[in-house]
Amino acid sequence: MQHFDVLIVGGGQGGAYAAIQLRQQGFAGTVAIVGRENELPYERPPLSKEYMLGDKDWERLLIRPAAFWHDKAIALLLGLEVTAVDPAARHVTMRDGSCLGYGKLIWATGGQPRRLTCLGAHMEGVHVVRTRGDADAILGQLSGVSRAVIVGGGYIGLEAAAALRKLGKEVTLLEALPRVLARVAGEYVSSFYEAEHCAHGVDLRTSTALRSIEGKERVSGVRLEDGSLIECQMVIVGIGIIPSVEPLLAAGIQGGNGVEVDAFCRTSDDLIYAIGDCAAQANHFAGGAVLRVESVQNANDQAACAVKAIVGEPQAYSATPWFWSNQYDLKLQTVGISSGYDAAILRGDRASRSFSVIYLKAGRLIAIDAINATRDYVQARQLIEKGAMIAPEDLADTSRPLKDLPRL
Amino acid sequence: MTTIVFFEPDGTRREVAANPGESAMEVAVRHGVEGVDADCGGVCACATCHGHIDAAFFDRLPTVNDTEDAMLELVEDQRASNSRLLCQIKVGPELDGIVIKLPGVRR
Repeated sequence: MQHFDVLIVGGGQGGAYAAIQLRQQGFAGTVAIVGRENELPYERPPLSKEYMLGDKDWERLLIRPAAFWHDKAIALLLGLEVTAVDPAARHVTMRDGSCLGYGKLIWATGGQPRRLTCLGAHMEGVHVVRTRGDADAILGQLSGVSRAVIVGGGYIGLEAAAALRKLGKEVTLLEALPRVLARVAGEYVSSFYEAEHCAHGVDLRTSTALRSIEGKERVSGVRLEDGSLIECQMVIVGIGIIPSVEPLLAAGIQGGNGVEVDAFCRTSDDLIYAIGDCAAQANHFAGGAVLRVESVQNANDQAACAVKAIVGEPQAYSATPWFWSNQYDLKLQTVGISSGYDAAILRGDRASRSFSVIYLKAGRLIAIDAINATRDYVQARQLIEKGAMIAPEDLADTSRPLKDLPRL
Repeated sequence: MTTIVFFEPDGTRREVAANPGESAMEVAVRHGVEGVDADCGGVCACATCHGHIDAAFFDRLPTVNDTEDAMLELVEDQRASNSRLLCQIKVGPELDGIVIKLPGVRR
C-alpha cells in the first residue's frame, strides 16, 4: 500500500491550496492529492461566469500549471474517489478497492450539488454547475437552446442567468423563497439584483415552486406548482450543495452538515483535518456559530490554517470572510457574515448602481455588501474586523469615506 | 517574446516568458512564481497579486483605476508608490524586461 505523509482528499481549491502551502511552509514529506475529477486543480468560480461566456479558456482556469505539481513533488492521483476512511489503520479506500496510507489526512472534498427530487429531475437537459464537466455539458448543448429555466436564485443561479442572457438566450429564473439571495444578503441587495435581472430581460419569478420537469427523452419544459408550463430546452439547477463527508461520518468522525473541526481545522480525530466547503467550524464573524462557509477565501485560509498546524506552527483560524460575484457589469464584494443582522444601512443610491449595504448587529458592523463600490468594501473590512460601532446616519453619508467616520 | 523578471519574497530571481494576452499575474502563476496567490483568479477582488514595479517600467503602465486603487488599500502596510495588482497589468512587448518585486501574501 502506498503511503503519503500528508494525503489530501479533494483536488479543488482547498485541496490544491493545502498542497501549495505545505511546500511553501517547507514541508519536506510526501504529499498527494486524490481527486475525483480527472482534471488538474482549477478555479470553480469562472464556471458560471467567464468560462460559461467563453471569455476565459480552460488553461487559464488552472490553479497551477501541470509542471508545478511535478516540480513540487505533489502527487496528483486523479479520477479516484475515496469511499472509506479507516482512522485506526490510517488508510483510505478508493471505489476500486485500492488503499492509500496516510500520516495526516486533509479532507477537502467540497460538496455535491443538491439535485431536484421532482418528477423528471434526472432527465437529459437538466444541469448543475459545479465541475468542468457540468459547464462543458451546458456549453455543448447551448446551440439548441432558446430558453433555459434556472432553478434557484442564489449566486450560481444569478451568475448563470447573467451569462446566458449575454449569450442571447431567453432565461426564466425560479426562486422558491420571496426574494433572491435570501440566504446570503439583505433585502436591499435582493431587490436590487431582482430589478437588474429583470432589466436585462430575465423572466424572474420569486415565491415560485416547481412541480416537475416535462419532456420525453429530454427537457421540453418546466411545470410550476400552479399548473402552468414554461417551455424550455435546458434546466440549470443551483440550489446549494451537500457536503461530501459520508466516508468520514461513517468512520465515526463527528459531524452532520459537514464535518466538525476545531479552530485549527482538526476533526475529532487528531490526524484528520477538514477544510473548505465541507468543514463546519465556529466562526468568529458569525458570533461563534458553527457553520460551513462556501467560498474560495475560506477554502484557501482554512487550507493555510491546517497546514500551519501540520508543520507545527498552529494558529487558530481567524480569517476575515470575503466573497465576490460578478453579474453583468456589477461587481458585488462582500466582507463578513450578515446573517443575524438587526439593522441594514443603505450607503449610496441604488439608482447609480454603485452603493453599499452595511449590516449591524447590536450596533456593531458585522458585514457589508458593496456593489460597484470597492472603496467601501476595502474600508469596511477593517471596521468589521474590529467590530466597530458607527452611527447609522454617518454610515449613510457618502460624502465621507468609511474609514474617516467617527467611532462611537 | 516578452520576458518578466520577478523577485520572489525571499529574493530569488525568476526570469520567465509571457504569452501574448496574459496578465503579469497569470504569467507568475503559470511559472509557479512564489509570492502571487491570485485567490480571485484575476478579477481584482482579492489583492493577493500585489507587486512593486521597477521605476523604469512603472510609468509605462496604464494608470491605476479606482477599483485597483481601492483594492491596494488592503495591502496598505506593503504599499509603495510603485505598487500594482498584477492581474491588472497586461504584458505586451513594450514591457519586455519589466522587473517586479513581490512582497509576499500574508495570511
